Amino acid sequence: MVENRPFLTFLTHMVLIVGVVVVVFPVYLAFIASTHGSGDFLSGVPPLLPGPHLIDNYYKMLTTGLSSAGAPPVWMMMMNSLVMALTIAVGKIAISIISAYAIVYFKFPFRLLAFWAIFLTLMLPVEVRIIPTFKVVADLGMLNSYAGLAIPLIASATATFLFRQFFLTVPDELMEAARVDGAGPIKFFRDILLPLSRTNIAALFVILFIYGWVQYLWPLLVTTDPKYYTIVMGIKRLAAVADSDPLWNLVMAAVILAMLPPVLVVIFMQRLFVKGLVETEK
Amino acid sequence: MATLDLKGVKKTYPGGVAAVHGVDLEIADGELVVLVGPSGCGKSTLLRMIAGLESITEGTISIAGDVVNRKEPAERDIAMVFQNYALYPHMSVRGNLEYGLKNRGTPREDIDQRVAEAARILEITPFLDRKPRQLSGGQRQRVAMGRAIVRKPKAFLFDEPLSNLDAKLRGQMRIEIRRLQRTLGTTSVYVTHDQLEAMTLADRLVVMNAGRIEQVGKPIELYDRPASLFVAGFIGSPPMNLFEIDKLRSLPGAEALQTLPAGTGIVGVRPDTVALSQANGPSIKLTGTIELIEPVGGESHLYVRCEGINQIVTIVAQGRTGLTETSMLDFWLPQAGFHPFNIETGKRLA
Amino acid sequence: MQTKRTIFPNKLLPYLLLTPQLAITIIFFLWPAGQALKSSFEREDPFGFKTTFVWFHNYARLFSDPEYLNSVWRTAIFAVSVTAISMSVSLLLAVAVNRLLRSGKFYTTLLVWPYAVAPVVAGILWWFMFNPTIGILPYLLDQFGINWNHRINGSQAMILVVIAAAWKQISYNFLFFVAGLQSVPQSLTEAAAIDGAGPFKRFWTIVFPLLSPTTFFLMIVNINYAMFDTFGTIDATTQGGPAGATNTLVYKVYADGFLGLNIGSSSAQSVMLMLIVIALTVIQFRWVERRVQY
Repeated sequence: MVENRPFLTFLTHMVLIVGVVVVVFPVYLAFIASTHGSGDFLSGVPPLLPGPHLIDNYYKMLTTGLSSAGAPPVWMMMMNSLVMALTIAVGKIAISIISAYAIVYFKFPFRLLAFWAIFLTLMLPVEVRIIPTFKVVADLGMLNSYAGLAIPLIASATATFLFRQFFLTVPDELMEAARVDGAGPIKFFRDILLPLSRTNIAALFVILFIYGWVQYLWPLLVTTDPKYYTIVMGIKRLAAVADSDPLWNLVMAAVILAMLPPVLVVIFMQRLFVKGLVETEK
Repeated sequence: MATLDLKGVKKTYPGGVAAVHGVDLEIADGELVVLVGPSGCGKSTLLRMIAGLESITEGTISIAGDVVNRKEPAERDIAMVFQNYALYPHMSVRGNLEYGLKNRGTPREDIDQRVAEAARILEITPFLDRKPRQLSGGQRQRVAMGRAIVRKPKAFLFDEPLSNLDAKLRGQMRIEIRRLQRTLGTTSVYVTHDQLEAMTLADRLVVMNAGRIEQVGKPIELYDRPASLFVAGFIGSPPMNLFEIDKLRSLPGAEALQTLPAGTGIVGVRPDTVALSQANGPSIKLTGTIELIEPVGGESHLYVRCEGINQIVTIVAQGRTGLTETSMLDFWLPQAGFHPFNIETGKRLA
Repeated sequence: MQTKRTIFPNKLLPYLLLTPQLAITIIFFLWPAGQALKSSFEREDPFGFKTTFVWFHNYARLFSDPEYLNSVWRTAIFAVSVTAISMSVSLLLAVAVNRLLRSGKFYTTLLVWPYAVAPVVAGILWWFMFNPTIGILPYLLDQFGINWNHRINGSQAMILVVIAAAWKQISYNFLFFVAGLQSVPQSLTEAAAIDGAGPFKRFWTIVFPLLSPTTFFLMIVNINYAMFDTFGTIDATTQGGPAGATNTLVYKVYADGFLGLNIGSSSAQSVMLMLIVIALTVIQFRWVERRVQY
């Protein structure tokens, strides 16, 4: 600080406290709702303090779910989300790191074309090609499968660019020394480049895991079988029911469960998360 | 142990830029040859072609009699020491030393024994389990050397290995490299742009300029009889004084010029052969104002402006001179120290 | 384009390495995008047996369709509001955190996690808060005589989705603003303080102008987010209603094509969206190039 002004410091803390309250309050309210019995939502004012039904509600949602909403138990949907998010994160990292390797460490015809083809995926989010992509997945028989949930989302220009950028900063001499030491392209990649990329891989993994977990439109399109519902899309079905049936307590328990894994990842891997976020957007 | 043989080696980049214009060079078994020249002269490119890191456009390179043009770096059985050391940052020192041997399928006991031996010679045994980033510049340099010697290759290739070190350490490592190379007797090619390093290390010195070899020879031969103006200017510090012969003709003692071969356009005189008193034998007398005196310790460098020939002459004087700046000075260029050059070709005459 | 000084000589390997990425790109990105482009120029008969090439007919119909024009207008309001609200709140918080030393880290942790909340979940959280029968905010607003019901009031529906979408984006903007603020050299603010500028003046005359690259970058990213990533938020709260008041372009493409099965119109809408993303991406990369020259 340039100078010490107690009032300004007070104001600073006030701003931040208000900010934190705004950010946290909706989640707090949802959590409180998830600890009450369903009868507590009949009157006009929602509860603001915790109720006694925390364990009942979460247990019920995890194990049996809401049959009236046509959604499976939450634990199943969470498993589906986990499989989808992990496949997307690992898949994106795997195919991006090897394509970046090809682009940086080899020269071959159509190299530039390949680079631009990958670049184009930046400009084609699922939202702008919904129906034809759905048709392709349907024609390939990938509806209602983990493959259909994950594989079409695995192409990644940002991850490829991040690795390309990183590889360009690795000194040329390292590869030359490895070649003199008798390492071919596969050995060099496995023994030298991959271990050097560890931090980048970890940071990217955090971002991509979240990306995979929060997907909504895509699972909505390709799954009709409740067996493959992900938690984030399943929750919408639960919420639709809650408006007619006052089952807010159960719906909010599912909401909290749906948020928990990626939020914990952000909080406990904050350093990697910030690195991944800032660097993928460069 | 091997000879290295370069015949008509050329390098032209895809864009048409030529980096090396036909180099012929034979390197004997166990010899340490230094390639020296200004940046962009093609010396590093040539070394990297020997290593197999650059393709050869024309000509052949043979190691121990085998043409290696099409061989991968690993198949050439050479080891290279890089300017930035290129140590694998995630591996321990031991891992760095072992990597090349493992890739070659060397038996475990053999690896351990060779690593221990190399570490002992280079005095890096205490650091074997450290990572490169925990080492000082000089220690990293030793590890880079170690990585080369454990392999027992046919040849060592050094690409400006000392230029990332400070002056003092550079001097020490230079002596150590020389000692090590003599002990191991491994054929070596060493690239540097530092002429002092080149002079002190080389069995034979190769001066390169603009992709061509200017001169090859023992360091002292190059100093005593530079084959061209370029070599005359590059080898020796401070550099040789060069005079246009016509400017000297009217000076006292100009008869000394008569013995020079026909066609001499430029006369070179080393700063340390300029005499401050009239010596025996014919010499040309010059007079000038001392512009600057650089005391370097055992000797002094004088920069003298000579109005008559409109040129600053550098003189290396032994000991302490007692001279002062801005005073006038008479000095002599002895005939015995003349280096005659042709003005058009830049080549030495006789 | 840049490679290493020396490269591996293998001919086949690089293609093998690129195959998975390119296969997925072609099958699930380029081919469908091409299909969308193609069918945007075609009309399919009601039974799907026959398609005819109709030039720009689908586009012409689109731009004379009041519902589409309404959607363009709603999207613009939505995107601008989300960007403005989210960015100003984030900037305020980032400036505040940047003033603190140790406690700044604590606040940061409390502020960044909504990044990991799915847009649809953000929608549900605010939908619960604003629920006309049970929500706490309508209850409070009622004390001030405001009758909240986003199911019938279009403006209130818009406010709801804007707040839900902006809330989720605060953490992202906050992190980038903090990074931007930390790259403003301390010596500049110190020099300004010596020149007699107070804290507020220093911010507006020194820090804010130096932050403009970050601000511009975030503007593009936020517009992009508001237009394309908020499908879930809208689907969970208003489903585009009431009466199309929150029917953004992306939501409309989905509704028309997937629920309404109007392929020609939906494809034309997809192509228009692609043009928007391409424009935003080009602007963003132009900016990156310019930043590199600084």
